[in-house]
Amino acid sequence: MEYFLQQLINGLTLGAIYGLVALGYTMVYGVLGMINFAHGTIYMVGAFISLITFLVATTVLGTSVPLALVLTLVAAMALTALWGWTAERVAYRPLRSAPRLAPLISAIGVSIMLQNFVAQAQGARAKPLPPVFRGGITLMDSGDFVVSLSWMQMVIMALTLALMAVFTWVITRTALGRAQRACEQDMKMASLLGIDVDRVISTTFVIGAGLAGVAGMMVTLYYGVIDFYIGFLAGIKAFTAAVLGGIGSLPGAMLGGLLIGLIEAFWSAYFSIEYKDVATFSILVAVLVFRPTGLLGRPDVEKI
Amino acid sequence: MGGKTARALVVDALLGGVVAAAMALPMLGVRLEDGSTGLSLSGRLDWVAWAAGSVAGARLLIGLLRLGLAGRGPSLPAPPRAMMVYVGWAMVAFALILPFLPFSGRNLVDKATLVLIYVMLGWGLNIVVGLAGLLDLGFVAFYAVGAYSYALLSQTFGLSFWVCLPLAGLLAAAFGMVLGFPVLRLRGDYIAIVTMGLGEIVRVVLQNWQDVTGGPNGISGIERPSLFGLSFKMVPPEGSQTFAEFFGLDYSADHRVIFLYFLILALALLTNVITLRIRRLPVGRAWEALREDEIACRSLGINPTLVKLSAFATGAMFAGFAGSFFATRQGFISPESFTFIESAVILAIVVLGGMGSQIGIVLAALLLVGLPEWFRELQQFRMLAFGGAMVLIMLWKPAGLLSTREPTIRLGEAK
Repeated sequence: MEYFLQQLINGLTLGAIYGLVALGYTMVYGVLGMINFAHGTIYMVGAFISLITFLVATTVLGTSVPLALVLTLVAAMALTALWGWTAERVAYRPLRSAPRLAPLISAIGVSIMLQNFVAQAQGARAKPLPPVFRGGITLMDSGDFVVSLSWMQMVIMALTLALMAVFTWVITRTALGRAQRACEQDMKMASLLGIDVDRVISTTFVIGAGLAGVAGMMVTLYYGVIDFYIGFLAGIKAFTAAVLGGIGSLPGAMLGGLLIGLIEAFWSAYFSIEYKDVATFSILVAVLVFRPTGLLGRPDVEKI
Repeated sequence: MGGKTARALVVDALLGGVVAAAMALPMLGVRLEDGSTGLSLSGRLDWVAWAAGSVAGARLLIGLLRLGLAGRGPSLPAPPRAMMVYVGWAMVAFALILPFLPFSGRNLVDKATLVLIYVMLGWGLNIVVGLAGLLDLGFVAFYAVGAYSYALLSQTFGLSFWVCLPLAGLLAAAFGMVLGFPVLRLRGDYIAIVTMGLGEIVRVVLQNWQDVTGGPNGISGIERPSLFGLSFKMVPPEGSQTFAEFFGLDYSADHRVIFLYFLILALALLTNVITLRIRRLPVGRAWEALREDEIACRSLGINPTLVKLSAFATGAMFAGFAGSFFATRQGFISPESFTFIESAVILAIVVLGGMGSQIGIVLAALLLVGLPEWFRELQQFRMLAFGGAMVLIMLWKPAGLLSTREPTIRLGEAK
């Protein structure tokens, strides 16, 4: 029971990180209908930016840890947003009217390029970071097993919840959200009605990349070790989460992320850890076979 | 050029420089050094300046070029089919004499062999993506199945390459059917993600099923192919002859390299011939019809399940052949060779070539696989350039190098 509870907490933490990456995926897919392969790589770039900013802030500038964290958060969000914006501007926007597979290949190219850029700039070896927060609170103590919730896990979940709330509000209540939903429905019609489609798409990429940057920061601080290769698997997991939840749906992305985090945590705990990715993908396949539009997705109408 | 446009260009270039500087600041400006006591930092602000300067310069150059040549170049108009046939034959003829040309050596033939593997894989995937319109991101799984089937069959039962080759193809095809099932009900991008997931599952299983696949260590000492029992070794195995002895030649390691080259050439041409034939059969026409409009197909009584499965199985079979060739050429296989990147490269070859264009795929394979091979010395920047090339080619020719997305057979005259 205690072990179960501990895995639940670990799974939710992991799920929150996947969910944030999946949010960006699902937003871009919703508006453009494009699989943004480079999204996971942007998350990896966010992890590196966070590591560097944090180290610069604490060792060079000598700021205190909480202030350094705030700086890291701002830097990770702002700079990954810039990376995302640039990628869209350079590699996807010129292909807006091209055949459907062109932006996909271009995105794979961006992903390979960015990954190798980071490997060249920062070295291919894994980078460790000593734990930033130690300790936490003990939830339950049965004598031989202690269930604890670390400060880091609390920060991750709180931050995720806050970002989730903000973006739900943005999508449902603001003019930008309305414009986004309009573009999702029919981009040409939206532009005829005076919506600046290019701006909406740029903003979508900026927000999505920013969220991936936050997730990158969380993973850096949580696991304390990153390398240039983490983006690929995180990217697939996030996409799996988005599809599982119903692609294009924000709550779906979050739900999918949490489910995948939980599946991984429990599978690793009770079965073999080597096969956790097999479990994740098998569940994805099963869900899609029985519910092809994902858990919270609307069934899509076949147009004739 | 008016003063106004000039100013706009300069402003644009400066903005580009500023953005580049911001992006480069942490990634290039600070270098993480792994030390004995954890990470240490060193500054490299000059790199940031270089990055910003070169981006600004490039923006200016692009802006100037754009004034000169307005608009992007469209894909090359599909040359008439008769001409393509001549080009095709010329390419085949060139491929046949390549090993005997004065400038070609072992190195060149080896590289040509590698390119041909990708040509064959591209042609195999083209059936699934280009003809049937099913976006498959896990194609490398079938390649892996072929390679491991050959390695395991030859090591466990001592079967020769020529017996294993068809078996590996059949196994891969069967695998294609099994993996094709979950995909049948899905459409569009869902197919992409599911095939990618299945590809990863295959890789993870190969990586972890120690007893059978050898796990991350892979399988080594795989039997080399022979030409009707004539081996290419220096000393013949018991009771057989070597190729060199039989033909009264001096032993040379080049013989095997050239033999492997012709073997993959034959396999690739087989793929091509079969593809071109199948395209004219009802099943091939059904693939193309399905790509264009699934609902119309269903209304006309075409069974989408059968059509999709047949496309998956046929494509997988060719990947299986290529996989066993790969295993016999390398003599060693491990899960390392079957990562997602391989699937992405093969897909890129198909899309860059222009979906459905056989010659386009050859050009794309030469460009994406052959060209980087010449720059092996620049090892570290090779993949960087590879990714960049993928983006640039797409920007330059979004429909692929040669675009021929027309039906193989039509009723009446084309408008």
